[in-house]
Amino acid sequence: MNLKRLLAGTALALGLATAATAQQDSVKAGFIFVGPIGDGGWTYEHNQGRLALEEHFGDKVETVYQESVPEGADAERAMTQMALGGADIIFTTSFGYMDPTINVAAKFPDVKFEHATGFKRADNVSTYSARFYEGRAVQGTIAGMMTKTNKIGYIGSYPIPEVIRGINSAYIHAKKVNPDVEFSVIWAYTWFDPAKEADAAKALIEQGADVILQHTDSTAPQAAAQEAGDVITFGQASDMAEYAPKPRVSSIIDNWGPYYIERVQAVMDGTWESKDTWAGIGEGMVKIGDITDAVPEDVKAKAEEIRDSIASGDYHPFTGPLNKQDGSAWLAEGEVADDGTLAGMNFYVEGLSGEIPQ
Amino acid sequence: MIALEKRPTPSTFWTWATPVLAVLLTMIAGGLMFALLGKNPFLAIKTIFYDPILGEFAFYYRGQLLVKAGPLILIAVGLAMGFRAGIWNIGAEGQYIMGAICGAAVGLAFYPTESWLIFPLMVIAGAAGGLVWAMIPAILKVRFNTNEILVSLLLVYVAEQLLAAMALGPLRNPEASGFPGSRNLQQYPSAANLELIPGTGAHWGVVAALVAVIFAYILLSRHLTGFHIRLAGQSPRAARFGGVNPTALVVFCMGLSGALAGMAGLFEVAGPAGQISIDFNSGYGFTAIIVAFLGRLHPIGILLAGLLMALTYIGGEAAQATLQIPAAAIQAFQGMLLFFLLGLDVFANYRIRLTKREGVA
Repeated sequence: MNLKRLLAGTALALGLATAATAQQDSVKAGFIFVGPIGDGGWTYEHNQGRLALEEHFGDKVETVYQESVPEGADAERAMTQMALGGADIIFTTSFGYMDPTINVAAKFPDVKFEHATGFKRADNVSTYSARFYEGRAVQGTIAGMMTKTNKIGYIGSYPIPEVIRGINSAYIHAKKVNPDVEFSVIWAYTWFDPAKEADAAKALIEQGADVILQHTDSTAPQAAAQEAGDVITFGQASDMAEYAPKPRVSSIIDNWGPYYIERVQAVMDGTWESKDTWAGIGEGMVKIGDITDAVPEDVKAKAEEIRDSIASGDYHPFTGPLNKQDGSAWLAEGEVADDGTLAGMNFYVEGLSGEIPQ
Repeated sequence: MIALEKRPTPSTFWTWATPVLAVLLTMIAGGLMFALLGKNPFLAIKTIFYDPILGEFAFYYRGQLLVKAGPLILIAVGLAMGFRAGIWNIGAEGQYIMGAICGAAVGLAFYPTESWLIFPLMVIAGAAGGLVWAMIPAILKVRFNTNEILVSLLLVYVAEQLLAAMALGPLRNPEASGFPGSRNLQQYPSAANLELIPGTGAHWGVVAALVAVIFAYILLSRHLTGFHIRLAGQSPRAARFGGVNPTALVVFCMGLSGALAGMAGLFEVAGPAGQISIDFNSGYGFTAIIVAFLGRLHPIGILLAGLLMALTYIGGEAAQATLQIPAAAIQAFQGMLLFFLLGLDVFANYRIRLTKREGVA
């Protein structure tokens, strides 16, 4: 149609891309968000990380972001847009952005990409995630000790390894302190949908659950629990402190700021390399939010003990003996799960009922 | 006093003037909203309407306009046929999903065989998937007189569950170590719906959309079926006397719109999206309803409306990314467009008359 212009444009794009070479004084960092920055959970914390970046580097960093980007072709466009706009490093903060990230990265070899929670890497694509399951171990302990009905409700987003790992970890530790505990899982098939999340929470409460764990990002389940009365919840991804001291008795907080600062610094220094980061409580990427006074002293002490032993590396939440749901052996006495199995976890541990949707 | 007086026939002038006026009013009202948000309204409007076409990175955006408009136009053309005849297929989103699932399944079944036959087979399977899904409300309507609006809409949610099940189960990439989502069709040459000329954004779905526009135009203006469609919409009684078979018309309109939506799904999954994933659908089937009405249910109008809608998406994203306008404000902006269009339609159907208040003696 207009080939000359097209070529000129492509040359321009390449020119922009190659401008991002070795050492540089200022960096433009882009963020692709799956939810709105005001979701109070997952995206909110990534945006906090972005703000931490701005605070740390001041004028040396410029950040741009796009929120509520659907996972798929639209994500590819959003990333291309940022790369064309001169971003040096782009953080794509949802699992579903994996293939789009790889595709766009191939077109912009000089732009660095950082994909959260995925497993595909390239020369200019790193992956990073946090060991949220460590936090789930603490939650499970509190949940197991505090439930009176012995029924714990769990709102799952999608049946992907990330979420299944969390369910297993919470269950193992609840069971450890309360052998009668039962889990029921509802799959919401969304990361952020307050109406669906509230419905799921209400359904679980009606089934007798007095503890609600969630792997979705809104505060709707907290509100549903507050309304129901004697139900406790945990902040997910963010502290959700506005629901403290009850129903929210503690939380898992994602702390992305330090990682974002480290990676942008690497771009500035020209030392950025593709790598896989999976950090937990010990490194500070996962934080356990304040355990409120609604939690009895002994429970709190036990939860903190678990937290500290995980942080110090003395204890791994997936330590044998553990069997899979079908009764087959998984980990022998004292054996610790390897990261590969955890990364692709697609099975429940023994004792959990229900099936993972296939 | 102002009185509304119904026109005997809708005004042709206003029918075509309202979309233009609606766009202008949207710019003004939207500009006000952006100003209230503390953004420069002129810059925002320029970013949305001008930059994607003629701005610095237009070489990229122009292609993206086609990528976004292609499925909207393809689906809207089919829907418009039914809407004209008073047959309300609201579930194009579901038919789009089913087309993608069926088409992708055919492609994945052949993996890794390479043959030029695979892609045409996928297109047929995609069309068939959408068609069969649309036949459910069609047959229920002609057999049991159920409401096709409700049935087709509710089937969207069934299709979404099926999509999730497919992404997690039968179509899951066996090499993805438990992660959901199918193989990426873009990386499977025989099944990939790539750009026909690199950089233009034009893939087979865009070609199909153009063909559909021409086909629909000829059907409506030159063919007996087109006449039946128009007649059934304007005067159902006259249509019955005129020998229009209502059952055949329902099946034809639902089937056509379903097949086109299914094809749109296939072109998307094999092209820009690349894979069956839990969240594959992103609302094209619903947005196409707006496009159909924005284009006055006329094929050429739909072509323009689809491009305009695509422009608000692409420009809206650009405004988000460069001016940091919140996503919700962009959605409100798009909503204004439909609101003004529907509001202004009053002028097409009614005449405004100033009357003197007369005393009642």
